[in-house]
Amino acid sequence: MTLERRRWVWAYAFIAIPLLFFLSIRIGPTLFAFWVSLHQWDPIAIERPYVGFDNFAALSDDPVFWKALRNTWIYVLIGVPVSLVVSLVIALGLQRLTRYVGFYRVLYFAPYVTSLVAVGWVWRWMYMPNGIFNDVLGWTGLGPFNFLGTPDTAIYAIIATTIWQALGFQIIIFLAGLESVPPVYHEAAAIDGASGWQQFRDVTLPLLNPTLVFLVITGVISNLQVFTQVRAMSSQGTGGPLNSTISIVLYVYQQAFQALPSKMGYASAMTVVLFLMILVITVFQLKVLSRNNNDY
Amino acid sequence: MTTSRVTRAERAVPIGGDVVRRPDALGAGTRARYATVGRRDTRRTLARWFLYAILLLGGLGMIFPFVWMIASSLKRAADIYSLSLIPPSPTLDNYREVLQRTEYVRWFTNSLVVAAITTVSVAFFDSLAGYTLAKFQFPGSFLIFIMILSTLMVPTEMLVIPWYMMSINLGWTDSYWGIMFPGVISAFGVFLMRQFFMGVPNDLIDAARLDGFSEFQIFWKIALPLVKPAVAALCIFTFLGNWNAYIWPLIVTRSEEMRTLPVGIAFFSSEAQSSFHLIMSAAALATVPVLVIFIIFQRQIIKGIVLTGLKG
Repeated sequence: MTLERRRWVWAYAFIAIPLLFFLSIRIGPTLFAFWVSLHQWDPIAIERPYVGFDNFAALSDDPVFWKALRNTWIYVLIGVPVSLVVSLVIALGLQRLTRYVGFYRVLYFAPYVTSLVAVGWVWRWMYMPNGIFNDVLGWTGLGPFNFLGTPDTAIYAIIATTIWQALGFQIIIFLAGLESVPPVYHEAAAIDGASGWQQFRDVTLPLLNPTLVFLVITGVISNLQVFTQVRAMSSQGTGGPLNSTISIVLYVYQQAFQALPSKMGYASAMTVVLFLMILVITVFQLKVLSRNNNDY
Repeated sequence: MTTSRVTRAERAVPIGGDVVRRPDALGAGTRARYATVGRRDTRRTLARWFLYAILLLGGLGMIFPFVWMIASSLKRAADIYSLSLIPPSPTLDNYREVLQRTEYVRWFTNSLVVAAITTVSVAFFDSLAGYTLAKFQFPGSFLIFIMILSTLMVPTEMLVIPWYMMSINLGWTDSYWGIMFPGVISAFGVFLMRQFFMGVPNDLIDAARLDGFSEFQIFWKIALPLVKPAVAALCIFTFLGNWNAYIWPLIVTRSEEMRTLPVGIAFFSSEAQSSFHLIMSAAALATVPVLVIFIIFQRQIIKGIVLTGLKG
């Protein structure tokens, strides 16, 4: 055996277990999910008839699915921009601090490390008609509002919690991005007489672009998969009231694991839709990132 | 940051210098200029104080839910709607009741076992796979890399149904292995470790080969120690993710004893019939241990999250 061949053997030995894992736990199940989506699939039934694209056709006639799809995009389109603006502003502030930096970071980052289930319940408690938010609003003569019990407000109440929880991560990534902007650029801009806002717009923001793209993509993908906070905070955890907060993943969970008879084929069809949306975003990300690389 | 300090120091030189001792000796124009600079500095200090204050206020807002959680958890059921942050008659009864009514210790242990084993497994296998893909050229290496990378695009939610069927058929439901198996190796980690191993010089590896190290020894004793910070970051990231994981443990566990902490807390909270003094105790029991660990290791944890976030 040549030296090179001997190295190949080592490489295959090293990669064997991970490869087996990815084939059997990731790639196989992905293909299987497509397969299930083409069947009427109840795990306890004997017959699991092939139905072609019937599940997808049924999805397009299902008002709850459309509601879930619409809500999911509300989570994305409101949650992502708001949290990015807020976290960028906070990061720009935190960046100027020279003392107690660790203390401040702990304050802003703490929500990110805690379980979303637990903090979801804490927020639910604060949102209650007799909870602290309404008590405080009561001083000004407003309310009480049933934040989570009203179809118009429930989804925004949940979005607020989602933003609060993800803020720390975005701030920290922004801070890292801001640190990588060479101070020389700011000095040069200051010498040229650029105001603070001009420096931010023409120097900081363009150089922050890769960070921004990264946070937009991760934010969009994680909001497309919103589940835990809706289950913890919506009434009875079902995406209510009146499906006003239901997300795609929650609907998938209900159809596959709570409905009787279980509709796993139907639920899989929904996950295929989710997959396609994430695929488009990922491809878009690769395009944007590679264009950035050409720029510099 | 440094730049602003430097410019201020430069400007301070004439002020702090000998000339200033007798300002009346200066010309009127110079004196006026120094006065403006001084005023500008006061304004800066004020702005700085304001910034500290505003950010402190925002930060306290960020942790207020935790403060309110603790406060509520220490109140008696009768006082639960009182607005005061300090419980009128503080009690630990709620915690006692939650500990008695639930399998808290068991759930905590389950989460710890699952998160710890998963983390060790990810750290080892992801490093090994990342190293192999970074430092070996072998038939199929590129294909394998692309294959692993492509799995990143598939959301977990798409896989839970197949995983569930798999677990039923293989008898994995309601077991530690059942909770852990989807996460024991992560594509993200392989990708991350590959990025870091690319930075390890090939000369070093070749030198070790000449010294008679086996390929595994080179990985274990030469390459791995060089990327320790990356491994630590991956460990923190993986542990946190698994500790807080919800949807898969919710699906795969059946019995109360096999629930992880988030799943157990979720079931308890929805069954507690709006007894928020109990629910807040349960929430505190789930979050406070993590918060304490986080406060102690905040520097390392934040650094780890940044490292995994930016390289991934």
